Amino acid sequence: MAQPQLKVVGSAETARLSQKTLIQIDGVTKTYRTRDGEVPSLRPITFDVRDGEFLVVVGPSGCGKSTLLKLVAGLLPVSEGAITIEGTTVTEPHDDVGIVFQSPVLLAWRTVLRNIMMPVEVRGLPRDTYLERARALIRMTGLEGFENKYPWQLSGGMQQRASLCRALVHDPKILLMDEPFGALDAMTREKMNVELQRIQHETGKTVLLITHSIPEAVFLADRVMVMSERPGAIAATYEVPLPRPRSLDVMGHPVFIELTQRIRAHFNAQGHLD
Amino acid sequence: MAVDAAAHGNASRGGPASGTAARRGGAGATLLRLLNSGWFRPVLFLVVLTVLWDLSVRIFAIPPYLIPKPGDVALALAADWDQLLAASVPTTLATLGGFALSVLFGIPIAMLIAGSKTVESYVYPLLVFSQSIPKVAIAPLFVVWFGFGLLPKVISAFLLAFFPIVVSAVQGFKSVDGDMMDLAKSMKATRLQTFRMVSLPHAMPAIFAGLKVSITLAVVGAVVGEFVGANSGIGFVLQRSIGNFELPLMFAALVVLALIGVVLFWVIDVIERLAIPWHASQRHNYIPTS
Repeated sequence: MAQPQLKVVGSAETARLSQKTLIQIDGVTKTYRTRDGEVPSLRPITFDVRDGEFLVVVGPSGCGKSTLLKLVAGLLPVSEGAITIEGTTVTEPHDDVGIVFQSPVLLAWRTVLRNIMMPVEVRGLPRDTYLERARALIRMTGLEGFENKYPWQLSGGMQQRASLCRALVHDPKILLMDEPFGALDAMTREKMNVELQRIQHETGKTVLLITHSIPEAVFLADRVMVMSERPGAIAATYEVPLPRPRSLDVMGHPVFIELTQRIRAHFNAQGHLD
Repeated sequence: MAVDAAAHGNASRGGPASGTAARRGGAGATLLRLLNSGWFRPVLFLVVLTVLWDLSVRIFAIPPYLIPKPGDVALALAADWDQLLAASVPTTLATLGGFALSVLFGIPIAMLIAGSKTVESYVYPLLVFSQSIPKVAIAPLFVVWFGFGLLPKVISAFLLAFFPIVVSAVQGFKSVDGDMMDLAKSMKATRLQTFRMVSLPHAMPAIFAGLKVSITLAVVGAVVGEFVGANSGIGFVLQRSIGNFELPLMFAALVVLALIGVVLFWVIDVIERLAIPWHASQRHNYIPTS
């Protein structure tokens, strides 16, 4: 499938990314077997995620973008094609991956710190070294003073920060995020976007984020991938040549406005208004 | 209301000039605090009901061989307390034995049912079917099989207490969020780790709800067991006293039986508070560390 690579202005910024490919999605399809027969969720999809890249997938609801993320996470088997991370084929959850879901899925019976340390516990990693890392993450996400609180004592935004810390605690190269701020109110969402952008800039993680918000996609991404309706396929890919670190002022930038309009045009053509 | 009254009490205590008004305000506050304490309201209601009972017996001239006066029941309770106390021991033992067996078998079976569709399809329908058999009808069978000792009562208590534990535990194990399971899977958690860290704690509130229903039913089961064949226990006292038209003693035995149920329920409630302090139902009296 043709992938239109649209460059709006010269991309001096994207030069900061190494050209090394970290995740390779090669002709991947997914078909669900249900009682009514086989339901295709993804048409053959091929794309690469570069090392250190922030790639955002945007698409209408039910276009299979969550399925795509679960396939990369190794939580679902692919029907056809292959996904490789650093050259090894994904058949089970990869160790170098952290996941953030739409809901924070924190364990109600664990304090914030113990929730964040859960991956360390499960993987049997040395507690002391990672405890320091967890505390550093807590500081970075502004959760200081809430380590010993229970999830229900935290606001939605803070719960999602804790879940971000949990995804990063074992220092994975890749962060997968499935509409991580979809359940938050608009103002908290913008704030979380700024912070996620900063954290990604500071840590240099490779992020694959799924969203249905076009401004969020353009604000966060180095590259935005637009998906069409079910069965999902890549409709277009856009480079976002805005300099980092970005603040909310970027949303008034002509490049930002042009990109959001171009992406929105895809959904209008499909009869979908986001 | 309590806050208002307390504030009023404090304010009026402020100056000596208020005199008797202050004292009345203070007394009112104490009364309100008493009224708002957890145990006071049910006790007050019980007293009202007892007074109504006494009045109805007197007004409608109900003969004592049909319904005794509460005073006579209290007298019977005072006179035969040693006999009732001795009788409550085997009943409590049978209840606890049946309850312990229910927990011991119920929770693992619930784990199997929740964990495997195959086990569920074989076992669950039969379990529901077995529950529709009235236990009172098969209790005499246990006397035939196991005699007049404690064992048939334990089994009878077990049969009644078992089902609510299984049903609530299955519901608890099954209601784990799909994302939660994906999270555990993404960390490559083993089945045991997933169970220990996610499923079991998640199911605890539901399991405790089942335990509370179960313990009261275990008391019923033990008494049913004693009805059909026993020479001791509260069920036996009930049987014998009604045979002899000793209605006050029979009512006294009922009071003791209710007390056993309430105390056991309360014990489970305390254990629940200690075991799952994080749960929503416990949060009103949970003080977070800051």
